[in-house]
Amino acid sequence: MSSRTTRATPQQLVEEALKLSRADGAVVIVDAATDANLRWANNTLTTNGVSAGQQVTVISVKNGGTGAAKSAAGVVGRSGVDLDTLEDLVRASEKAAEDAGGADDANELIAGRVSADWDAAPEETDISVFAGFAPALGEAIEAARADGSLLFGYAEHTLGTQYLGSSTGLRLRHAQPTGSVQLNAKSGDRSRSAWAGVPTADFSDVDIIAVSRDLARRLEWAKRRIDLPAGRYPTVLPPTAVADLLVYAYWSASLRDAKDGRSVFSKTGGAVSFGESVAGSSPIKVTLRSDPAAPGLECAPYVAAYSSNAFQSVFDNGLELGPTDWIRDGKLNALVATRQTAAAANAPLAPVVDNLILEAAPGGAGPSLADLTAGTDDGLLLTCLWYIREVDPQTLLLTGLTRDGVYKVEGGEVVGEVNNFRFNESPISLLSRIAEAGRTERTYSREWGDYFNRTAMPALRIADFNMSSVSPAS
Amino acid sequence: MTVDESFTSLPLAELAEAALARARDLGAQHADLRVETIRSQGINLRDGHVDGVVDASDSGLSVRVVHDGTWGFAAGVALTPESAAHLAEQAVEVARISKPVNAEPVVLAPEPVHGEQVWVSSYEVNPFDVPDTEKIAHFRAWSERLLRHEGVAHVDAEFQAVQECKFFADLAGNRLTQQRVRTEGALTAVAVDEETGAFETMRTIAPPVGRGWEFYTSDKVFDWDAELDALPALLREKLTAPSVEPGEYDLVIHPSNLWLTIHESIGHATELDRALGYEAAYAGTSFATLDKLGTLRYGSPVMNITGDRVTEHGLGTVGFDDEGVQTQQWDIVKDGVLVGYQLDRRIAQLKGLNGGRSNGCAFADSASHVPIQRMANVSLKPAEGGPSTDELISRVRRGLYIVGDKSWSIDMQRYNFQFTGQRAFLIEDGELKGQVKDFAYQATTTDFWGAMEAVGGPGTHVLGGSFQCGKGQPGQVAPVSHGAPTALFRGIRILNTVQEAGK
Repeated sequence: MSSRTTRATPQQLVEEALKLSRADGAVVIVDAATDANLRWANNTLTTNGVSAGQQVTVISVKNGGTGAAKSAAGVVGRSGVDLDTLEDLVRASEKAAEDAGGADDANELIAGRVSADWDAAPEETDISVFAGFAPALGEAIEAARADGSLLFGYAEHTLGTQYLGSSTGLRLRHAQPTGSVQLNAKSGDRSRSAWAGVPTADFSDVDIIAVSRDLARRLEWAKRRIDLPAGRYPTVLPPTAVADLLVYAYWSASLRDAKDGRSVFSKTGGAVSFGESVAGSSPIKVTLRSDPAAPGLECAPYVAAYSSNAFQSVFDNGLELGPTDWIRDGKLNALVATRQTAAAANAPLAPVVDNLILEAAPGGAGPSLADLTAGTDDGLLLTCLWYIREVDPQTLLLTGLTRDGVYKVEGGEVVGEVNNFRFNESPISLLSRIAEAGRTERTYSREWGDYFNRTAMPALRIADFNMSSVSPAS
Repeated sequence: MTVDESFTSLPLAELAEAALARARDLGAQHADLRVETIRSQGINLRDGHVDGVVDASDSGLSVRVVHDGTWGFAAGVALTPESAAHLAEQAVEVARISKPVNAEPVVLAPEPVHGEQVWVSSYEVNPFDVPDTEKIAHFRAWSERLLRHEGVAHVDAEFQAVQECKFFADLAGNRLTQQRVRTEGALTAVAVDEETGAFETMRTIAPPVGRGWEFYTSDKVFDWDAELDALPALLREKLTAPSVEPGEYDLVIHPSNLWLTIHESIGHATELDRALGYEAAYAGTSFATLDKLGTLRYGSPVMNITGDRVTEHGLGTVGFDDEGVQTQQWDIVKDGVLVGYQLDRRIAQLKGLNGGRSNGCAFADSASHVPIQRMANVSLKPAEGGPSTDELISRVRRGLYIVGDKSWSIDMQRYNFQFTGQRAFLIEDGELKGQVKDFAYQATTTDFWGAMEAVGGPGTHVLGGSFQCGKGQPGQVAPVSHGAPTALFRGIRILNTVQEAGK
């Protein structure tokens, strides 16, 4: 995508903003992003588009000469900023810092490091990323039409390039491709429905024809309909559903909330359940971890925080990220901590990382979803979950729905489709009730994939998954 | 009130001319340009200390075309005529690439042209004119007021403000400039039982509003003083309240809770694009399909639901929608029967509803996103001369009175839902007893609304709502209000959430 006007480069904006700053310290983040998307329904295109945007965020730190421990931070972000409008942004950020008053998370800014590719231009995507995908999708739609079924779905590709500079000499660059396809197939009368989500970095690895064939097979499974009442069932959760539940648990794992006595990880008297087992009586001791360098799940190797809260601190911007085990061999090992919350709790520093991996065995080894299903004597196989919300933070009880295919498994074979259910379950409780776990694979969380794309999860068979009521939705 | 000068001083007419002329030259049947600047602020305090203050401003422009019967859309940030013309070219190119996947030529409902118009929402004090120090001090004082009470361990306070400036121009000749302002403020108090480790929270029930800073400095519209006075004792009571016994109860539901049930089970279910399947892979479809229009018994005869984008201070309220359609009010459910949908220009034309005219529900949450059919203010009408909340409670032998929204979830066809609340009081023989905790109500939409025996009078009416209604891919967030009176429901299933967790 070409820009028709000569605008300042992201690096120039960072340097100039830092030069303009009169604060005691400053962090400047420039995010340049391009996006291309296609959406279809009822076997035809509905909306589409490309967009390009650039956001400049200035974080000013002021301490009034009293030292870093008492400093205040002001954060102002704007899009469409160029050199002539940059000073106004910098001054607004300084004013915001003055108005905010001392911050609880005040700290020295992170010392300088320079990315080897700092000078590189932003990476970009455009509608041509679908050059191979769109005709294949057209072919899948043709096949669906011929077969009397309907395809619905969405494909999106985003390329964000971030430039983070600071008055302390940080010059960090990170380019992040993020993409996904979601495909939903329905029978012509819409009574049967199946879904698949595929994460991708560049669309070269998406075989939409194969995905649509798998959905056609699931629609066949659904031809036999079996009504089941609410109750607790042995249930195989596919990797996408496990991602839905574990991503929410990750978002609930702040050290600060645990110390405040207001999370599932709290114990009495301001203590935290570090080292305690989450495995209960389950023979399976999982490891839940993040790693910015995890193959296929690569994400920013440093903190980029636009606001301070229980999970991050703007003072930590640029802090290097490494592998973190949140749960190790079935025991709570770390909670999300900033430098300030870690020091206050005398706990390890563990900043949030933008990927999440669950492993039930070393290296994530285990049977495939098909093998796990084949090993299920009598139970349910889910396609995915939907509309997940927290009901009770004390137990981390979540509610939500099954969607687009609940299959009855008997003697290792899918024998038909069951009605949908509303579930009430806690992901922490589920970890203590795993009957069998599959191999860890890259997956797309249907519920949270928009916000959290990079997950690798195993399928899990839970002995007694709580289906609270029947949903008539199909 | 007038539109922000920093917005009106942009070269809006030149951008429109450049984009629309290029689109016309390239053969577009329809073309529109939107320029938007959305200013937003979030202030978060924890125990009275600033946790984070974030100011953002998102400016951009986009061009949408119908070319050869296919949509094309392109968005950018450079507010120059060259960039606007380039976006028109890109939008046409997107339409060309997408053409092979398009089987249904796009035709838009014809709508009157309004020429040059300016519209500004109704507010007194623009929150962006108030110094941050004043806003922070205000919420700090409220936080400290709560923290002074025994049993309040922590207080979270948040304030959000948005100013949305929009310019819309199309080939038909519309030149519409609009500005609206909205704010939301909430405080959540936390109590922790040091002995058992149990904890509970209680949040203020003030709704988000299409109003300015004046909403927070007076008790005229919402009685902040009474709410902040009551909150600590309500929280202490909740921490030691008995856990609810699950079973069937009659429910008296306050508008601070009922707005969200309306939003999920009526608002989304009567979006025609959902009923047509446009959201089938994502937000979902609707049980209220087009073939049921005029016959579906949605609820009891006391149920009357309107859609509108004109209610003063409503979050969905605006002068013209993002397709240049003048906003209006219409019936969605009348005497319990489904009679209308929420429409944009394409789907209104496609199905010939509303005389083939849109009712003004197109909205895009920023210049970078394409307009889609979004929710109007969908509201339950109070009964003229209807009962007070106390009278409704007096009609219940065994029930719960539920106040404030909390957890919510509904299925993709809008049948099965589950909601919790900030607080619930046991009703015995027509009288309020103490609170119970761990409650959730679960029902199927038409059963629930069919069990609505009475709606309260205008004196019980509150306009609730949300800044955060999600829909569409790429995901878009829309603000929307829902007016409701207090209402009485018979025989609704109540769950105990601790038992649900298997404890």
